[in-house]
Amino acid sequence: MESLGSTRRSFAPWADPKAKPYIQIENVTKRFGDFTAVDDLTLTIYEREFFALLGASGCGKSTLLRMLGGFETPSAGRILLDGQDLRGIPPYKRPVNMMFQSYALFPHMSVEANIAFGLKQEGMPRGQIAERVVQMLKLVKLEQFAARKPHQLSGGQRQRVALARSLAKRPKVLLLDEPLGALDKKLREETQFELMDLQHELGLTFVVVTHDQEEAMTMADRIAIMEKGNVLQVATPPEIYEAPNSRFVADFVGSINMFEGKLREKGSRGSRIVRPDGLALSADAPADAVVGDMVWMAVRPEKMKVSGARPDNAVNSMEGEVWDIAYLGDMTIYYVKLDDGTIVKASTVNSLRKIGDELTWHDRAWVSFAPDAAVVLAR
Amino acid sequence: MNRALSAIFRRLVIVVPYAWLLVFFLVPFFIVFKISLSQTAIAMPPYVPTFGLAEGWSALFGRLGELSFENYVWLFGDPLYVNAYLSSVWIAGVSTALTLAVGYPIAYGMARAPSSVRPLLLMLVILPFWTSFLIRVYAWIGILKPEGLLNQFLFFLGVIDQPLIILNTTTAIYIGIVYSYLPFMVLPLYATLEKMDYSLIEAAGDLGCPPLTAFWKITFPLSLPGVLAGCMLVFIPAVGEFVIPDLLGGPRTLMIGKTLWTEFFNNRDWPVASAVAVILLIILVVPIVFFQRAQARAQEAGR
Ligand SMILES: Nc1ncnc2c1ncn2[C@@H]1O[C@H](COP(=O)(O)OP(=O)(O)OP(=O)(O)O)[C@@H](O)[C@H]1O
Ligand SMILES: [Mg+2]
Repeated sequence: MESLGSTRRSFAPWADPKAKPYIQIENVTKRFGDFTAVDDLTLTIYEREFFALLGASGCGKSTLLRMLGGFETPSAGRILLDGQDLRGIPPYKRPVNMMFQSYALFPHMSVEANIAFGLKQEGMPRGQIAERVVQMLKLVKLEQFAARKPHQLSGGQRQRVALARSLAKRPKVLLLDEPLGALDKKLREETQFELMDLQHELGLTFVVVTHDQEEAMTMADRIAIMEKGNVLQVATPPEIYEAPNSRFVADFVGSINMFEGKLREKGSRGSRIVRPDGLALSADAPADAVVGDMVWMAVRPEKMKVSGARPDNAVNSMEGEVWDIAYLGDMTIYYVKLDDGTIVKASTVNSLRKIGDELTWHDRAWVSFAPDAAVVLAR
Repeated sequence: MNRALSAIFRRLVIVVPYAWLLVFFLVPFFIVFKISLSQTAIAMPPYVPTFGLAEGWSALFGRLGELSFENYVWLFGDPLYVNAYLSSVWIAGVSTALTLAVGYPIAYGMARAPSSVRPLLLMLVILPFWTSFLIRVYAWIGILKPEGLLNQFLFFLGVIDQPLIILNTTTAIYIGIVYSYLPFMVLPLYATLEKMDYSLIEAAGDLGCPPLTAFWKITFPLSLPGVLAGCMLVFIPAVGEFVIPDLLGGPRTLMIGKTLWTEFFNNRDWPVASAVAVILLIILVVPIVFFQRAQARAQEAGR
């Protein structure tokens, strides 16, 4: 994971109890007929925050965003912006702009006119509009396409026009529904950093929906992981990755090995579980469960060590057979099948140039992890 | 073998519409055009010269010389015809505008209705076609005449103390045309409005457009192909309309369809009537060509 810019490190209003929340989503529910798309969701977003909503398709991300934009009315609960209840305020009066997942570009207007639309609407002087449009076109690298109509653009170009159009008004809050999904990797990475710079420079609040966890990790101050209309965890990217609060979050962000077992011990020194096969595993992390409960010890692949011989002083080690090896260049991923059938994923960084490997298919192998590498999940 | 067959089939598919145009449009047009160049005569048919191969090819070509544009010259010399054309175009134009004004809200309402009731609404628009056009126009006489339903109703409400004279005026023609041609306006409008992406309106709202502004800046421009199609479908037949002015219009209303009828059946002057018809066609071809080009342009724009 790329680390966030050092300037942003100190930004953590959510940790400050005196900080005033900017967007408050309080117990919001949205039902379509008898289907509940957003279920009693509570969320607080701070001014100047880059907030990402991450979740599987259909979990209610767009619906939540559309409620913020004023295109859907919550069935229950309320949304406050800067202390003001947004209920009943139509979209055109909200200081919020949205980039639609479907782009919603005006087909009868040129790229330029699309971007200028919102500015004209607010009565900005002509000269300033032209200036802003040029600036936006430059941001999304579409200077040569100013006079084209949307149907003459590629999917990725359209997405960039939609992005430019929503950014042009510099709203207090910008809602972005998968803003970079259609861009190729290189352009996406460039745009990610430009978006972050712009947001930082202009002091805007961004709420971004994305499927792409790497994107969320790169850009966001905090990430909310959603599932079935609920928020499971809201935390900074490192917290989400290193301290997931549930199996869903742990599994959804990155990949992870889970070892199920009965909680045997818990205390200030850490937790200890016993797997069904009698093997004990211990972790430094505390467990949020009662002794005797089934819990899961979760370890990221890069924190697992794999070796051809039994490690001497490993606290947690398990024996198995090399099931599969994926050589990715920068790293190698080993899939080790334990004797009880569990497949453990362990990755090693190839920091030295070497071709060929001491471990190969069907070799006996040991996987081990340090006690500080694991978290204990109760749900 | 199969490919040859499909090639033949493909040709046939192209041939059918052209054959249709040739047999049912071009041939009748040339017959009418030829008659318009003839002179009236008390004969059967009531004009000379007539053509036939009975007298041989040379006689046929001899007769060609007898044709002349005299009828056209005469037509333009008589203010009656010129006025009839102008007033037809005027009445059709006003009626088209009125039909648009009535039809647009209907189509808009239909397109925004829940998708479950749309088929029903569409049915209701088409429903009048189940009754004969003539009967429906006739029914308007009963509504509009001085002692008709409309006046009785207004008397009952106490709005008027004198019956409104609507029947046998131009107003009645407008009412008749708007009523009769409304479906032709509503259907193409509905088709364009219905397929319009509602998220565009949301986007306009998002960018600070109140609903009415959003309508004029987004919805209306995007519905223009439908507006144009609807207007053509109303305007073109309305110019030549005969039944409505005949039944609802007064004796003084001047419409070319009525003039045409009078020439054909009352005066039995087929050549002049034919000339009237040919000029009417030319007047109508202009908007049709305009319409075709606009459509081609819209298609090119990929919409
Ligand atoms: N207008 C609607 N009527 C009925 N159901 C709806 C409506 N809008 C959304 N839903 C349902 O609500 C759920 C959440 O939809 P939403 O668009 O918020 O998902 P999403 O998280 O944005 O998914 P994706 O990542 O695929 O865009 C989906 O199951 C969807 O079918
Ligand atoms: Mg979505």
